[in-house]
Amino acid sequence: MVATALAEQASFIAAGASLDIDHVSHAFDIDGKALPVLDDVSITVAPGEFVALLGPSGCGKSTLLRLVAGLEPPRSGSLREDGVAITGPFPSRVVVFQDPTLFPWRKVWDNVALGLEAQGILKTQRHRVDAALELVGLSSFRNAYPHQLSGGMAQRVALARALVNDPKILVLDEPLGKLDSLTRITMQAELVSLWQRTGVTALLVTHDVEEALFLANRVIVFSDRPAKITADIAVDRPYPRHRGDAHLAELRRQILGLLGLDATW
Amino acid sequence: MPTYSASEVAPFGADRETAVVAGDGGLQIASRLRLSLSGIVASLAWLAFGVSCLRWPDIGDWPRTEAVAYTAFVVAAGILLVTTAREALGKFGAGVQQRAPWFLALGAFLTLWEVTTAKFGWLPLPFFPPPQSIVEVYTDDLPKLFDSAFASIKLQLGGYFIGAAVGFLTGVSIGWSRAAGYWVHPILRFIGPLPATAWLPIAFFTFPSSWSASTFLIALATGFPVTVLTWSGVASVSTAYYDVARTLGAKPSFLVLKVAIPAALPHVFVGLFMGLGSSFAVLVVAEMMGVKAGLGWYLQWAQGWASYANMYAALIVMSLLCSGAITLLFKVRDHLLVWQKGVVKW
Repeated sequence: MVATALAEQASFIAAGASLDIDHVSHAFDIDGKALPVLDDVSITVAPGEFVALLGPSGCGKSTLLRLVAGLEPPRSGSLREDGVAITGPFPSRVVVFQDPTLFPWRKVWDNVALGLEAQGILKTQRHRVDAALELVGLSSFRNAYPHQLSGGMAQRVALARALVNDPKILVLDEPLGKLDSLTRITMQAELVSLWQRTGVTALLVTHDVEEALFLANRVIVFSDRPAKITADIAVDRPYPRHRGDAHLAELRRQILGLLGLDATW
Repeated sequence: MPTYSASEVAPFGADRETAVVAGDGGLQIASRLRLSLSGIVASLAWLAFGVSCLRWPDIGDWPRTEAVAYTAFVVAAGILLVTTAREALGKFGAGVQQRAPWFLALGAFLTLWEVTTAKFGWLPLPFFPPPQSIVEVYTDDLPKLFDSAFASIKLQLGGYFIGAAVGFLTGVSIGWSRAAGYWVHPILRFIGPLPATAWLPIAFFTFPSSWSASTFLIALATGFPVTVLTWSGVASVSTAYYDVARTLGAKPSFLVLKVAIPAALPHVFVGLFMGLGSSFAVLVVAEMMGVKAGLGWYLQWAQGWASYANMYAALIVMSLLCSGAITLLFKVRDHLLVWQKGVVKW
């Protein structure tokens, strides 16, 4: 369904941008004391690459995504999209958050239209909203209010709201973290499909090792806070991947070892 | 089973049960009668009210007694007619059936009121006028009452809209801008809690007319709760909404108009509701103290003549207007906040 919708909708085919994270360190002020969260993080993401960031809970991965989105400036270091410094939010880098955070007072269609409306181009680009809704298979829910949607549907709307802007970098902050396991498996396959067809650069934060291995070209493992990169692992398997793949199982053992959880396996 | 259709409109659980249980023949008639019972008794109560008007002579001079009695008979006949033809009348019939206990209570209350005042004088006159004297006010003093109601509505609307608009804008400003909050917040804390009526003596001297003074006071009474609740609504908007909008390319004006304000709207309506309540109080006091028009003034004027029937009549009109204003506000709210789950119905 998604694949056919995409084939019809050429406007989503936009090549991804490259992303350079260059010696970035960041800290939060808590009661006047600086709490370091990111420690000299450098990552280079090629255009169209799918990179997963794995690490213990609260290690600062989501903070890194906020810096990439331009919601906050880093304390030191720099971030660049296609070689241009990131100084603030821009619709070429959209974020899908763990909570769908749909605006409850807007119908599904109007939620998806948010980005185009904010940029003042909705009037001429209404068809893009329809196409994005079709892409996530929710055309028939265009007039529903968010409180009428299930968790999976709401997250699909959030995905459509991001994709309608033709992003060059898709920033995914545990977007499947709160879904039930069955919906999650379906959505993982859909994410792969979307990413392959749009050619977007994807940056995914997740807690789920299996999810990271199923989706990403590269898995970057972080240490506990302040986050430092402990490993950068290439996942060199073709798509669509299979969860029972022996190579993926071996990689999973290796990553869990890096996270100090190998005893359970 | 035809009783099912009737049971759907039965007001009480007990009726519903009997309607379902009574399936066959004679029992069916009994259950039909039972369903009509509240309507029949309500009709009888209104009949009793009419009869009580005619049965004994009035202890005072009230020219509308007979007219009231015949109106009561018409109401009684109407209730009876609707009750018997309930099924043919569809929604209207079901509505009357559902409200039959209220018609009954009202009829009984009017009968009691009639007997205790106009007929035997158990409640002292003139403090407790009979129903027909209040009807007389509506028929004979209608122009003055109408003018008063119109004056009240005009004054109330002007003050309320000014207060609501200023309060809304102030609330959004201090919720959004730190600088506006720095300057306005202390003033709000100092002046806001003061009852608007406390300004009354000063306002009547400093404003060019009592009308403008009252408008100012009503606006003040409305503005305070609207400001505070709009402000708290804007301040409590989840930062996640702003993050989402910003990553999608929203400018500050978009964040205020399309994110902060719609998200704060449920709070704003609580403020508008509270403001409406306190502005009614100010309206009536202002009319009693200085404005020479309006229902508050009418009450004061009627008290001067010890015409208590006029006061009750004015109170009823006032209550209908206030209740109507709140109903209107809630209708607007339900329309604008249709996206909310389970809003309270007024």
